[in-house]
Amino acid sequence: MDILFNLFVRSIFIDNMIFAYFLGMCSFLAVSKTVKTSVGLGIAVIFVLIITAPLNWFVDTYLLKAGALTWLDKSFADVDLSYLSFIIFIAVIAAMVQLVEMIVEKVSPPLYNALGIFLPLIAVNCAILGVALFVQEREYTSIAEVTVYSFGSGVGWFLAIVSFAAIREKIKYSNVPAPLRGLGIAFILTGLMAIAFMSFMGIKI
Amino acid sequence: MNTLKLLKAPFNMENPITVQVLGICSALAVTVQMKPAMVMALSVTVVTAFSNLIISLLRNTIPSRIRIIVQLVVIAALVIIVDQILKAYVYDVSQKLSVFVGLIITNCILMGRLEAFAMAQKPWPSLIDGIGNGIGYGLILVLVSFFRELLGSGSIFGHKVIPQLFYNAGYMDNGLMILPPMALITIGTIIWIQRSKNRDLIEK
Repeated sequence: MDILFNLFVRSIFIDNMIFAYFLGMCSFLAVSKTVKTSVGLGIAVIFVLIITAPLNWFVDTYLLKAGALTWLDKSFADVDLSYLSFIIFIAVIAAMVQLVEMIVEKVSPPLYNALGIFLPLIAVNCAILGVALFVQEREYTSIAEVTVYSFGSGVGWFLAIVSFAAIREKIKYSNVPAPLRGLGIAFILTGLMAIAFMSFMGIKI
Repeated sequence: MNTLKLLKAPFNMENPITVQVLGICSALAVTVQMKPAMVMALSVTVVTAFSNLIISLLRNTIPSRIRIIVQLVVIAALVIIVDQILKAYVYDVSQKLSVFVGLIITNCILMGRLEAFAMAQKPWPSLIDGIGNGIGYGLILVLVSFFRELLGSGSIFGHKVIPQLFYNAGYMDNGLMILPPMALITIGTIIWIQRSKNRDLIEK
């Protein structure tokens, strides 16, 4: 339990998807104009992450890894399909995003109206594929670890985009040098926020 | 002439990173040292060039409803090839790039150029556009990594360039440059300089 909690805190603050790995920067910069839309996108990212990351972990452990197919037959012990992982992961993500969109539309129209336009964007959000690949690279062993890690990463991303949008709403009123306006100041702001987030480094619970 | 213009536009006025804001995700994490940045730039150029070419050849046969998934499959297949080649020939660099080679798949440059250019143009211009955008992206990557490696560890391509004399006199490498935040601030500065040179690019 301690390990899981530690992993959760780590994935939000220390290994933050935006500030430590720059994943999902494109939508981070494009959709952070107002707090309201960024909350919508942030929730959608958390939602998709906790579905796709464990699913991709299952696919990786039971189909792709070296020797993963032994549950099917003993003679498959030396089959290694891990070179296919990129294409399978992205297919799983694209399919799940489509499925989630259809289910949400059917089950909860208000939620669909809130998240609807963001869901298709998420399929090509680097953070989603990034989490799947990090899970594969760091060799997490249990489904609990993977779920906690993906949830934590999603929350970290959510926090980053919402706080960034809040700052951006204020920056409209300040006097920024003309060539730095818009994109330039956005990068520098993100950099400063990343420095602030670095103060969490080394926290262990 | 036209081809040359197409090739050179992304270097400055239509740079994918600083003007079109595409493909920042995988760009910044690999810029601590120049060698991985070079390898990454080269890989992205290969993938943009060939994915543009392939999609442009297929553009009349792809039903528009499923075009995104077709594009993703083409890109993913190319990235797998690049990844396998890197693992075979430059294993240490491919270890350093870790997941970021895989993340070329979701690099917005690819989808962006495919949607905006290759779906509507003939194969030859598409190939040139892909190469141009790949190089434009690589240019920024190499520039950022040059400053980060020079100021952060005092070397270029792993060779020490700052003489020992300086260190003896009290010069120190700036450890902050190696940490992630400085990549963002370096890009911000590059944008600042570029836009003060080209006034047309300034945002309202």
